[in-house]
Amino acid sequence: MHEMGVAQQMVDIALAAIPDDIENPRVAVLNLRIGKLAAVVEDSLRFCMEVITKDTPLEGVNLVIETIDVRARCKDCGHEWVVEGPAFRCPGCKQGAVELLSGRELEISSLELAD
Amino acid sequence: MEIKVQKRVLEANETMAEKNRKLFAEKKVFVLNMMSSPGSGKTETLCKTLLRIMPEIRTGVIVGDICTTNDADRLKETGAVAVQINTDQFGGDCHLAAHLIERTATQMDLDHLDLLIVENIGNLVCPAEFDIGEDARTVVLSVTEGEDKPLKYPLMFRLADSAILNKIDLLPYLDYNAKEAVDNMAEIHPGMPVFSLSAKTEEGFEPWIEWLTSKVNSKI
Ligand SMILES: [Zn+2]
Repeated sequence: MHEMGVAQQMVDIALAAIPDDIENPRVAVLNLRIGKLAAVVEDSLRFCMEVITKDTPLEGVNLVIETIDVRARCKDCGHEWVVEGPAFRCPGCKQGAVELLSGRELEISSLELAD
Repeated sequence: MEIKVQKRVLEANETMAEKNRKLFAEKKVFVLNMMSSPGSGKTETLCKTLLRIMPEIRTGVIVGDICTTNDADRLKETGAVAVQINTDQFGGDCHLAAHLIERTATQMDLDHLDLLIVENIGNLVCPAEFDIGEDARTVVLSVTEGEDKPLKYPLMFRLADSAILNKIDLLPYLDYNAKEAVDNMAEIHPGMPVFSLSAKTEEGFEPWIEWLTSKVNSKI
């Protein structure tokens, strides 16, 4: 499991994004985008965040996770579709060359400070 | 108050991976990231591979393990330069990240290597997520595991450049559908070469060695 490392990175990114002139900031919400294909287990991530944010401005932060579908495009026929399940073959022409458009996201889109 | 961030969490790793890739390009070293589940016979496959390609292809190996040096010790017997990274000092991580590769590779004599193989930690989930600056990825699976492994770990197979289906010498004794395993890999990653072989008997080794050799030669 690498959720602890991911959580640590998230805390680092969030802390760096808080403007210096805010006194005693407290991060209430962290808005995340996580692709279905990213190897991140949501429960583990929540648990790791809880542990790692103790005594930081992120303590008790609410993780709002937007789950991003796996989208693919066939390089041969241009067909675009949402990949459900693990197979990646183009349902249009059954050819091989498939390009991944989304699904591997692991991003912080914004954070919300408590008033 | 909302603050826009829009930052990728793995960016630090990706930046380091790019730096590694530049270094490896400069040194003309082909880097192969070998991944597998635990017990698939990755080290044995590597040992037999090294015995076939050395000394023509000067090879170094970085072995990742959570806490033992058993694998590196076995690999050194082939004459290759093998360095072990133990991740227990980094919290028992489940994968090798780019900064660990940087730290280790820069201590190796890259000017005298054609090929650097990174034997990643036995785990089909996490290593797939971390770019280390490699040129190619090979995933090793064995016939003692389920035929559906590729479907369960799609990212690993999606991002691999080739796959090895190991331990085919055991097929007569198992109720294993090798065709189904290979078909499942093709579903996830159509067109990916799959080498069915036995590291023990070395049956089926030629196509794999040819693939690896041609990849290495393309970078020299
Ligand atoms: Zn198509």
